[in-house]
Amino acid sequence: MSLAVAAHTNASAASPILAATGLSARYGHIHALHGVDIRIGEGELVAVLGPNGAGKSTLLRAIMGLSANSGEVRFRGDVLPRSDAVAVASRGIVLVPEGRGLFAPMSVSDNLELGAYRLRDKAEFARRRDRVLTLFPRLKERLGQAAGSMSGGEQQMLALGRALMAGPKLLLLDEPSLGLAPRVTGEILETLGLLNREGLAIVLVEQKAPLALELAARVYLLSLGRIVAELDPRDITSHDDLARHYFA
Amino acid sequence: MTISPAITSPERRPPRLVGLLPWLFAVAVVGYAMVVGGYAATVVSFALIYAVFVTGLNLFMGFAAQVSFGQNAFAAIGGYGSAVLTATYGWSPLPAMVLGIAAALLAAAIVGFPALRLKGHYLAMGTLAIGLITYEITVEWQSVTQGYLGISGIPPFGIGPYEVTSDRGQLIMLALVVAACAFAAARIRRSRFGRALSAVAGSEEAATALGIDVSRYKLMAFLLSAGFAALAGSLFVHVVGYVSPEVFGLHMVIVTFTMLYVGGIGTVAGPLVGALIVSLLPETFRAFKDYQDLAYGAALILLLIYAPRGLASLFSPRGRS
Repeated sequence: MSLAVAAHTNASAASPILAATGLSARYGHIHALHGVDIRIGEGELVAVLGPNGAGKSTLLRAIMGLSANSGEVRFRGDVLPRSDAVAVASRGIVLVPEGRGLFAPMSVSDNLELGAYRLRDKAEFARRRDRVLTLFPRLKERLGQAAGSMSGGEQQMLALGRALMAGPKLLLLDEPSLGLAPRVTGEILETLGLLNREGLAIVLVEQKAPLALELAARVYLLSLGRIVAELDPRDITSHDDLARHYFA
Repeated sequence: MTISPAITSPERRPPRLVGLLPWLFAVAVVGYAMVVGGYAATVVSFALIYAVFVTGLNLFMGFAAQVSFGQNAFAAIGGYGSAVLTATYGWSPLPAMVLGIAAALLAAAIVGFPALRLKGHYLAMGTLAIGLITYEITVEWQSVTQGYLGISGIPPFGIGPYEVTSDRGQLIMLALVVAACAFAAARIRRSRFGRALSAVAGSEEAATALGIDVSRYKLMAFLLSAGFAALAGSLFVHVVGYVSPEVFGLHMVIVTFTMLYVGGIGTVAGPLVGALIVSLLPETFRAFKDYQDLAYGAALILLLIYAPRGLASLFSPRGRS
């Protein structure tokens, strides 16, 4: 495990899949993000931790171009447009938003289909769908059911499955553990670990630090819209340690 | 990756027979009007014209969950286009209708591009303005529209030497048009485009994050809706033979909204059922004389209480969940 972590860290130094510099964002007149710099390596799983209101969701939305923002975001070297989420998504950056953003009245099957909306290759579509249903067998039992009628854990699986249908190169996850039972959260994080080991780059935003620390190769601490620390999760041995960084 | 056979299990339940009930009701009403003729045929003809309009409204408001109080503007453009070109310039009805619809689409594109940046109540107010402006134009542009006097002497609809003059002929023509519109709506619902509209209706942000171009799909739904409205406007002037500004006024907005909600917003059969019910209800209460409007209003309230998602949703498997 530690070897793999070392490899990921090196990759990030060499050629990042995503590099944001001076990324700022605001809602109306309220500035929520102040010149954030982050780098995500190819195949790296990076956690962004921070208290409520630190700007974690805003950071992901700004990367997607969903909120008013300024700064530079490069994806594999190319500058991404700052206010065109459709263009960002078409590069292979997929966001699982806070609250999952499922189409509640639509069936599980239709939700998955919408994930691959831009894909016109039927064979590839079937391949991705099989893959998602293998990762989350419970979705297979509920294909015809309305997404909104499922349990929170199942909905999170569907949100993740729908994102995978888009064939992401970089997955942005906004608090996937929110409101879920610990066992279900464990299952989902296990799947994320599996996807990451297969080479998928992931940005995981979390409030529950311990869960994210198990998986992440690197950790950014975000507080009041600024990156306050960049850490190696192996250096964080206790909760006190983390708290010290928050309030440093 | 192993493929489990369970994937092939049925995902969509086959449509139950009960789903056909709204359509059987519509066929029965049109059949009755066909047999009885006269006044009943006129009432049902108007209902069918409204059904075309409401089917279009439903694409924008039901499928894409947007709101427009101004689709009557496009009915006016289609209707006046047909009226002016046939009655004043002697065109035959079909090319006049096509040009009228094209003009409505052009207007919808010009108006929709900026207006669709608005959301919710703002979109409602913006579209309401479109309807009011168009109404003023039909009143004031007297050299073309003859203002409040209106335009009379509009020929019945026809293609080449065939003219649809009889009540029954008109009913058959309108029933065919409505059937084609409903079929189109059903196809759209199940298409890639339709799923994109559902996604826009569900969450614009989630749809955008999946790479669905939300503003483009909203505009396309708006244009389609305007096209249906213009078609309805054109059919109306040919069936009645006369047009004046009031025909496409605010009254039309209120009536068609009622039809959409009573029939079932977002369903395929809803617009037709709503158009027929809302057109027929006042007639069935004719015996109440002075209390006709009261009975009509009470019936509408009861419908919205006991079938809040519309009559058609009572018959769809998912509607009752």
